[in-house]
Amino acid sequence: MKLAFSGMSPLRPIRLALDRWLFRLSSPERLPLTFGQRRIYVLPTGAGYAFAVALVVMLIASINYNLSLGYGLVFLLFGLGVVSMFHAFRNLLRLSVTHVRGEPVFAGEPARFSFTVRNESTLPRHALLLASREARSSTWSVDAGSVQEVSLDHPTHQRGWVSPGRLTLETRYPLGLVRAWSVFIPEARCLVYPVPEPLPPPLPESGSHDAGVRSAGDGDDDFAGLRAHRDSDSPRHVAWKVIARDGPMMTKRFAANEEGDCELDWQALPPGLDTEQRVARMTAWVLAATAAGRRFTMRLPGGTIGPASGDGHSRACLARLATFGLGGTAHKRAED
Amino acid sequence: MKLGLPARNPKPTPPPPPLSASLWLLATAAVTLGPHAVTHLPAWLSAACVLALIWRAWALRTGAPRSHALLVMLLACVAALAIRLHYGHFFGKDPGVALLALLLCLKQHEIASSRDIRAAVLLAFFLQLGLFFYDQSLPVAALALTGTLLATVSLLALQTDRFRPTASLRLGGLMLVQAIPFLLVLFVLFPRIPGPLWGLPADAHTGMTGLSDNMSPGSISQLGLSEAIAFRAEFSGTPPSPPQRYWRGPVLTDFDGRTWRAATVGSDAQPSVVVAGPAHSYRLTIEPHNQRWLLALEHPVSADATVRFARDQQLLATTPLRSRTRIEIVSHPEAVAGLSESRAVLERALRLPSGSSPRAVATGAEIGRNSATPVATLQAVLDHIAGLGLTYTLRPPLLGENTVDEFLYTTQLGFCEHFASSFTVLARAAGLPARVVTGYQGGEINPVDGVMVVRQSDAHAWAEVWLPERGWQRVDPTALAAPSRIESGLAASLPSGDPLPLFARPAMRWLRDMRHRWEALSNAWNQTVIGFSAGDQRRLLERLGFSEPDWKALTGLLGTLSVALMLGLFAWAMRQRARRDPLDGTWQAFCNKFARKGCPRLPWEGPMDYAERLAGRYPRQAPMLRAIARTYARLRYGRASSRHDAEIRELRTRVRQLRID
Repeated sequence: MKLAFSGMSPLRPIRLALDRWLFRLSSPERLPLTFGQRRIYVLPTGAGYAFAVALVVMLIASINYNLSLGYGLVFLLFGLGVVSMFHAFRNLLRLSVTHVRGEPVFAGEPARFSFTVRNESTLPRHALLLASREARSSTWSVDAGSVQEVSLDHPTHQRGWVSPGRLTLETRYPLGLVRAWSVFIPEARCLVYPVPEPLPPPLPESGSHDAGVRSAGDGDDDFAGLRAHRDSDSPRHVAWKVIARDGPMMTKRFAANEEGDCELDWQALPPGLDTEQRVARMTAWVLAATAAGRRFTMRLPGGTIGPASGDGHSRACLARLATFGLGGTAHKRAED
Repeated sequence: MKLGLPARNPKPTPPPPPLSASLWLLATAAVTLGPHAVTHLPAWLSAACVLALIWRAWALRTGAPRSHALLVMLLACVAALAIRLHYGHFFGKDPGVALLALLLCLKQHEIASSRDIRAAVLLAFFLQLGLFFYDQSLPVAALALTGTLLATVSLLALQTDRFRPTASLRLGGLMLVQAIPFLLVLFVLFPRIPGPLWGLPADAHTGMTGLSDNMSPGSISQLGLSEAIAFRAEFSGTPPSPPQRYWRGPVLTDFDGRTWRAATVGSDAQPSVVVAGPAHSYRLTIEPHNQRWLLALEHPVSADATVRFARDQQLLATTPLRSRTRIEIVSHPEAVAGLSESRAVLERALRLPSGSSPRAVATGAEIGRNSATPVATLQAVLDHIAGLGLTYTLRPPLLGENTVDEFLYTTQLGFCEHFASSFTVLARAAGLPARVVTGYQGGEINPVDGVMVVRQSDAHAWAEVWLPERGWQRVDPTALAAPSRIESGLAASLPSGDPLPLFARPAMRWLRDMRHRWEALSNAWNQTVIGFSAGDQRRLLERLGFSEPDWKALTGLLGTLSVALMLGLFAWAMRQRARRDPLDGTWQAFCNKFARKGCPRLPWEGPMDYAERLAGRYPRQAPMLRAIARTYARLRYGRASSRHDAEIRELRTRVRQLRID
């Protein structure tokens, strides 16, 4: 919960000003973005400061006992520290973030952003770490001339668009004595569906009943074969038995037994509900109708979707509900 | 309701460090502790360290769980107690280094996180520095450098475990090579503060060998087998011939029947000798012996400003020599010393302990009574000794109460200190003021660099006799029994069957050659690196054109060079070649062609999918597009064929000739 209201922190304006001034960050950047030398920063880590203190102690010992080779060792280690700064810098230099993908989630579930990091140089990059305010990846590497996908989970609390916000790409390679990092705000967003009402009333029924018609689309009722798995498929439909036999990831298809259309109308909801409650109930209904394999029409004050059925229709409706009343292109920053 | 602080999230335990880091750390500890164990650690502690490291290697190999913290703690306490008992105290460099060594060994057994490895690496760095307390020679420097490399690789292994050992070593080596310019610049230009900054613990300078300020039977023959270098002399002209190489050290006047001791005499800033004859000028590089005396040819008349001339013609430094010291000296072998010696000094040089060695004293007194002049007395004493048929040996038998009597008339086997002591007693009994002088006799010129090397095995004792009008005269009674000791050195003068220093044996010629080379290298190392001082720093800056080199010039130059080095590193870091693979380049050219038409390849799109999408948009080129994508995919992912390169060239031509409309 700590981040949901961090927008109210009195330090926030200072932080933003600091970001603008120090890191030249203001508005989200369009991808792909490449980390040039102007935006890579290098400072010692805690371990680096401990190393520096140890060097000072060793230098004093060398002076005190007049140890020529002691001076030599201290200066060599000092040089090593300086050199590791440039290695860390080089480890980030000209990496680029080419793409960010975020699959829609329901509010409360973590939004997973997948970043594609590309290394076009001949130098393999090691011990990289991507972090947002909310999450840190474990360390990863990119081979020369290769790409690496890194995922970060972003907590969500409200429906609408969510952005990963201010991100840090950092490395403590090679010796852990210094940390090189770069901050960036990518232009990327992920749709957060509203939270469905937990115990919604049954679906409102409309007149026509064409019971018994088998739909061609994917429904939920009767098993109708397997097809290749897609990321968007519900885990409930994954053919686990196939996987258990070391088979590929498959999705079970079901032919829906439609009972007929239903009509989900905003205006027809009880007048006592406020906008969010209405959105929640509509969401629950869209899910219930899709689960039941029903054809339905969704009527919102701004327009109507349907009648149609299936996952595609369901996604379109959820997307409309997610942004309903927030202004069509409402772009929410992660830290808001 | 619960009172108190809200329950905090338990801190997640840090992940264990990679195995490779622990292994590298173990290697670091072994390389760092090895020379400590060999040079100075007490045997029990060395054994404990070895056991601890073997135990750790076994634990890493078998994947045994981490040793119990209490056990490690208990071991640490027991060992610390043992160190306290062994050294008698905790403060000072020896127990300090021993404790660090112990910590490094035991730390291996309680490594739970990356942090522990970092702490252990810092300990290893301290111990590498500690090594230089005892030895700063080239091999030790090489060992310390190896240890630094391994420690660097341990830190590296914490960051990524994707490297093979050779790759880790190569990267660590690259970093060290890149760090060496900083080492050089700082070593030469970092302002040298003459230490110590504060009082050193009492044991700071133990373990130095050499002459001492007293002499009893057997004390110099102890040095006879030591091949350690006492000092080096670099002559600017012709060096003196071997019989003239008498390096004068402590002068011993007081005798108690067994031990000769130095009398306390004053010192002046100027020598008290009358200069005569030719001069030798040379530079002495003397190994530290923790005493004030310097070794010089007879008689030093001028030297650096930091030198005092004792009234017994010793050359003294102002402070005990605790580091290798260089000094420029001019000596006149024919200078006359002690012409106007005071009565007190002469009386002291006649004193004999009552009741000791009565036979020698009686013999001496009789010689004195029967001789007309001091010169005749001296000759008679020498004749007496020569007539006894004494034998020179490095293994003299032990002597009892009356050392001089027993040597002269019973055992008749002795080393130089026996000869010097007996002669001096006889001379005093005969009425000649006489004293014992210790020092070194000999020296070998290294053919590689022409520097004369004098070893501990050249340690010698002789006598001086005071004659009216002639002052103090050197007399070497050893020459009576073993003239070759003076002419050709120790090896030639000892009876066969006596043990000899290995290198002094005539059969070891090739070994001596190698040693000459090695010692020339060590000397160069000592002179330029170990002996680098504030004075060298100033001279270097003067040569670079700074007329008044002060700390400002020093730091200015230091800053400029450091910035230059950093710029060099920056340029190195920026120089990154884009990956140039001909096949990738061709495919990239293909993609770029369509990107310009507003149809770029999407990052997740494979070649076949992309070609299919393009084919839909450009139906006229569809077969060609599919063919290009198929060829690319086959060359990229398919089995390598012998025509690989030729096919890439063909593909490139096809891409180049492709027209889109």
